Amino acid sequence: MAAPIMTIGKVSKAFGGIQAVEECSFEVPPGLITGLIGPNGAGKTTVFNLITGFLRADGGSIRYKGEELLGLAPHQVEARGIVRTFQHLRLWGKMTVLENVLLGCRTPLGENVLTLYLRPGRVRAEEAAARARAFEVLDFFGLTARAHELAEDLAYPEQKLLSMARIFATDAEILLLDEPTSGLDTDSLQKIVPMVRRLVEHGKTVLLIEHNMELISQLSDEVVFLHQGRVMARGRAEQITRDPALTEIYFGA
Amino acid sequence: MAAYVAHYLVMVGIYTILAVSLNLLMGYAGIFSLAHAAVYGIGAYASALVALKLGLGFWGGLVVAAVAGACAAALVGIPSLRVAGDYYIVASFGLQVVILTVFMNWTDLTNGHAGLAGIPRPRVFGLVIDNPFKYVALAMALAALTYAICHRLTNSAFGRTLRAVREDEIAAQAMGKNVVLIKIVITTISSALGALGGSLYAHYITYINPSSFTLEESIFIASLVILGGTERLAGPVVGAFILLAVPEALKFLAIPDTVAAPMRQILYGTLLILFMFVRPEGILGRARAKSA
Repeated sequence: MAAPIMTIGKVSKAFGGIQAVEECSFEVPPGLITGLIGPNGAGKTTVFNLITGFLRADGGSIRYKGEELLGLAPHQVEARGIVRTFQHLRLWGKMTVLENVLLGCRTPLGENVLTLYLRPGRVRAEEAAARARAFEVLDFFGLTARAHELAEDLAYPEQKLLSMARIFATDAEILLLDEPTSGLDTDSLQKIVPMVRRLVEHGKTVLLIEHNMELISQLSDEVVFLHQGRVMARGRAEQITRDPALTEIYFGA
Repeated sequence: MAAYVAHYLVMVGIYTILAVSLNLLMGYAGIFSLAHAAVYGIGAYASALVALKLGLGFWGGLVVAAVAGACAAALVGIPSLRVAGDYYIVASFGLQVVILTVFMNWTDLTNGHAGLAGIPRPRVFGLVIDNPFKYVALAMALAALTYAICHRLTNSAFGRTLRAVREDEIAAQAMGKNVVLIKIVITTISSALGALGGSLYAHYITYINPSSFTLEESIFIASLVILGGTERLAGPVVGAFILLAVPEALKFLAIPDTVAAPMRQILYGTLLILFMFVRPEGILGRARAKSA
């Protein structure tokens, strides 16, 4: 197996008396889909929040390409090339689908108030390039026809696609997907599951949270099984789903 | 009568600057500020003082006003905007109170309640702006400039990011936006522009005192924004035209001054409440969402 692109080492986080994540360690191999699985309250989303800087860890380390991520603010983590979705999507509902994706595209000159006024020509060129890129991304996710609609007006499966599209637009190397399949019917699953696979074909590394034991082997290459904040097992997806002990924890004994 | 209309238009120009700059905060960034009158006052006092004590001209005064306004806002914004939530309302309230206290009590500098008199008329390209008609042109030009600056800002990647921060701060952070920095930048720009209105006012009236820059004035400027609508840049301009016309219209009614002043307040209040019911998005806002 290739050297890991990101290494989570003995990361812990407690909320008051509750140990949400305890000495959690695993590696994320590049160019593959790693699935975080486990029952409710296993600490999956907490791990995401620790990686992306939304929570401060009590201890441990998270290294990405040799650099420590713990202690960085969310926007700094994103700048390193790690970007996430949210279980509750958090789209900018009153903005258009196109704007949601444009906010993922790189527009440093247009976001800087000095260059905005002093370099109008370059800002215009940058914005045109960003729009072209945004339409490519929308096309990739099959959302081109919806470009000028408000994000909140999309059907739920399309909103899920948009939440992925907006992080895909950022050129980040690692995409963290928080339950990409939750709340979807079988038809929509047929669209989303191959889409996750296509992200990897485009050179991304994916770490995703999945709730559905049946889907995990379709969705991921490697699986990390979390239980009560600890890593219970790691391995190929088929191994984990066939392990009777883990299935018992998962479905509750 | 013509001079009277000119005076009204000058005031519309000044309040357009104040309301459009405040709308950058209230409408686009979703940050509520109660300190816009303080910023207005800082602009007025800063340019009046440099004109009276250092003999600086109108343009120099404008620059000093903008820098002073920006500094005051940054000083308050840097600590308070780091904290998520609505703390800025409280912080800006504090700024408003402190600044007004300074105007009233630092008598060596501001002359206290008596205020500063004899502020020179602006001289623009060798022309002294000494009557309301010339001043209309100057006020409208500055209002247009402010509007253009805000238009550029809001119709850009920066403006898009600003709206994203207002809509969902956490999502904006996750997408790599430095939310705290963006809020500090917009607060600073809004205050720098607001201070321009103060400078214009000081040189127009040629006399200033603290009573023009009270908390009530902050609320009045916020009312212009709410009435006109926060969703569009032009909303507050419409708000300024309408709310400034109210006291002027009252002057045509045969009512004594003692009744007219409270009457004006009652009218403002009634208008605001009415708008919250009928058109919560303001005059230029989108009509209420279709009932589902």
